[in-house]
Amino acid sequence: MTEQSSILVTLSASAVRSGTILLFPTLGEIITERSGVINLGIEGMMIIGALFGFITGNLTHSPYIGFLVGMLAGGLTSLIHAFISITLRGNQIVSGLALTIFGLGLTNFFGQDWINKKFTIPVSSIAIPGLSKIPVIGPVLFNQDIFVYFSYILVVFMWFVLFKTRTGIHLRALGENAQAAGAMGVEVNKSRYWWTFFGGLMAGAGGAYLTLVYAPFWLDGITAGRGWIAVALVIFAMWNPLYAVIGAYLFGGIDSVQFQLQASGTTIPSSLLNMQPYLMTFIVVIAATIVLRKRHIGTPRELGIPYSREEK
Amino acid sequence: MTDIVVALRKITKTFPGIKANDGVDFELRKGEIHTLLGENGAGKSTLMNIIDGIYQPDSGEIEINGKKVHIKSPSDAMKNGIGMIHQHFMLVDSLTVLENVLLGLTSAGFYVDKKKVAAKITAISDRYNLGIDPFTKIWQLSVGEQQRVEVIKTLFRGAQILILDEPTAVLAPQEVEETFKIYRQMVQEGKSIIFISHKLNEIMDISDRITVLRKGKAIGTVDKDKTSEKDLAKMMVGREILFRLERGPLNRGEKILQVENVKALNDKGLTALNGITFDIYGGEIFGLAGIAGNGQKILSDVIAGLRKSISGSVYIDGKDLTNANPKEIFEQGLSYVPPDRLKVGLVPNLSSSDNAVLRHYNREPISRNTFINYTEVENYTDHLIKNYDIKVPRKDAPVKFLSGGNMQKLLLAREISEKPKLLVVVHPTRGLDIGAMEFIRTVLLRERDNGVAILLISEDLDEIFMISDRIGVIHDGRILDIVDIEQAKVERIGLLMAGLDEKSTQ
Repeated sequence: MTEQSSILVTLSASAVRSGTILLFPTLGEIITERSGVINLGIEGMMIIGALFGFITGNLTHSPYIGFLVGMLAGGLTSLIHAFISITLRGNQIVSGLALTIFGLGLTNFFGQDWINKKFTIPVSSIAIPGLSKIPVIGPVLFNQDIFVYFSYILVVFMWFVLFKTRTGIHLRALGENAQAAGAMGVEVNKSRYWWTFFGGLMAGAGGAYLTLVYAPFWLDGITAGRGWIAVALVIFAMWNPLYAVIGAYLFGGIDSVQFQLQASGTTIPSSLLNMQPYLMTFIVVIAATIVLRKRHIGTPRELGIPYSREEK
Repeated sequence: MTDIVVALRKITKTFPGIKANDGVDFELRKGEIHTLLGENGAGKSTLMNIIDGIYQPDSGEIEINGKKVHIKSPSDAMKNGIGMIHQHFMLVDSLTVLENVLLGLTSAGFYVDKKKVAAKITAISDRYNLGIDPFTKIWQLSVGEQQRVEVIKTLFRGAQILILDEPTAVLAPQEVEETFKIYRQMVQEGKSIIFISHKLNEIMDISDRITVLRKGKAIGTVDKDKTSEKDLAKMMVGREILFRLERGPLNRGEKILQVENVKALNDKGLTALNGITFDIYGGEIFGLAGIAGNGQKILSDVIAGLRKSISGSVYIDGKDLTNANPKEIFEQGLSYVPPDRLKVGLVPNLSSSDNAVLRHYNREPISRNTFINYTEVENYTDHLIKNYDIKVPRKDAPVKFLSGGNMQKLLLAREISEKPKLLVVVHPTRGLDIGAMEFIRTVLLRERDNGVAILLISEDLDEIFMISDRIGVIHDGRILDIVDIEQAKVERIGLLMAGLDEKSTQ
């Protein structure tokens, strides 16, 4: 293998890990939005998952327990949003934004003692026998840690549930025509609670992966806007888990290239490099919107609209 | 003995401001098509939504196959063998027929064997000759086909009792015939059907028995063989003694509104007005009677400039204002009280004061050099509140918190204060209490005596008789007849509303 191609492989493998941070919350938000609830609080849920996953990991010396607690922290945070937007039928945009600000503030407060502390237990890569020997693809995709494999399984499983099962039909109907779903006996609000919670779990997972594996230390505001990129990726993915993978790794790639460039001491100002993901966000949203308009798919029609059975 | 599959006993359901069902009794026998007949707002859909578990009755009992049941949700109804086909289809556009059928189906497992389900759908489709492919997406189907998907959905779940909420309203005539064939086949197989409609000819064609609802009450149940379209029309419209409010003599002024052969399309692009011609003179109230959905709203929108006509012309006080913009029309002397006071008439989240000055916020003395003079706004609002007896707890609170009657008074006050030549009011008293109704009717009569030409569009026949000088009847986008109030007979107006002219009933 030439040196250039080995650099490329290293970079790609790192793009997958970086993309995994985005993939979890994107998958979660796809499901939440499919059910008709928009949760712009991903950034907040992610960072809460990141901090509490990090703290738990350090206290228990287990990245796995840390990861689970991080997920749960994100999930519990999402219930605030669920209560406001489903039970109270409040404004989901405002509630989501508030959730983000709340998450950033909360972690700023509880994370003070942990700033610049590290999580020192490495999560080792597992080479999958056979698959990891495939040139290029093998080392990029199949020589990763267990959380990355978990995300692969999740993608396929979610695609299957969404398009091949009864649960998936219900889920898709919820965001398109809740009245119809309700009339057919689907418990609209209960389901929406559950899917919003699921979105929170996934956001928490993304955050915990960040502070336990990808960048195993704590800094204030460590998610650095990744939650917002996930919001854009949902549109890029056209609410399909399979496309979410492409988007997440693409952005993961940008992230890791930028990281490498900074590390190699480039003359490009770092503030410009840090802007990159957001510029790409604009480009992706514009491009995706044009594509969506041409095809007969798009935003779940009743996204963000609360449901009440007897409303006249 | 005939089996009673559904029995409703003394069902009452109240919505804010309106008693939609008032002690309704109803029975459905096995293997019959039983029609619920009534004008819009008579409470048919509410009653059926109660059987389907979408609404809970305030009081009353439901028996299915002789057993008392509580139907808490549509899935509960389904368990009792009841399937409802709503006027607005409960279908998810972006899903396929098959996925819509599976929606909410508890008997299907987690993983769906699409082939198996598709085969079952095709079997049902073939049996009743529905011609539906399970893998088509709903948005690709015509309205008639979508309705057949609804039928498949209920049959798939083994419904024995079908509720059809105005199924023919969206269908073309030839589709109606086909649909009726399907219904007949279903009742022959022992299913029972509740059919909701207000089209008398269809009812006489398809029903075994007919129950008439009027203003939330069940008026009576008749066998098809022992009744006629004429009798049904009478039952539907009612024959209570109509009284006319006191008024001065008719002082006809100049011709103010002239509508000539106006044609217009509805939102779906279908003809909704099919050559409307009438005039209104200053100092008279022209009452336009008709069952909802016969073109009234389209007509008032065309006159107010909110919708374009495709041919014909509209003159106000001699000026051609066909398809002019609303501002021009307002300036020529139109005031408009639209049917939907909270959506079109008022801005719900603005205060009472802001709403009061919506028509002339840009004129002196309210507005001076682009600034609003709020002292003037307050004065003006106080003036309206006092003169029209509007109960406003706080002038700066959003207008949506007012009661329906006070909203309507405020709207009417605002419009009349413009000193219009022509006043178009649509359903001015719908949903109001009796006091507010009387007040509004009195105000309309006062304006008539002041020489204003008034077009009153209403589904409430009592109201039309109470205050109109002439009555026109609209049906299916046409005005079937115009009569002076002295010559008008309720029975005949009722028949015209149902689309029957004298020739066909005599």
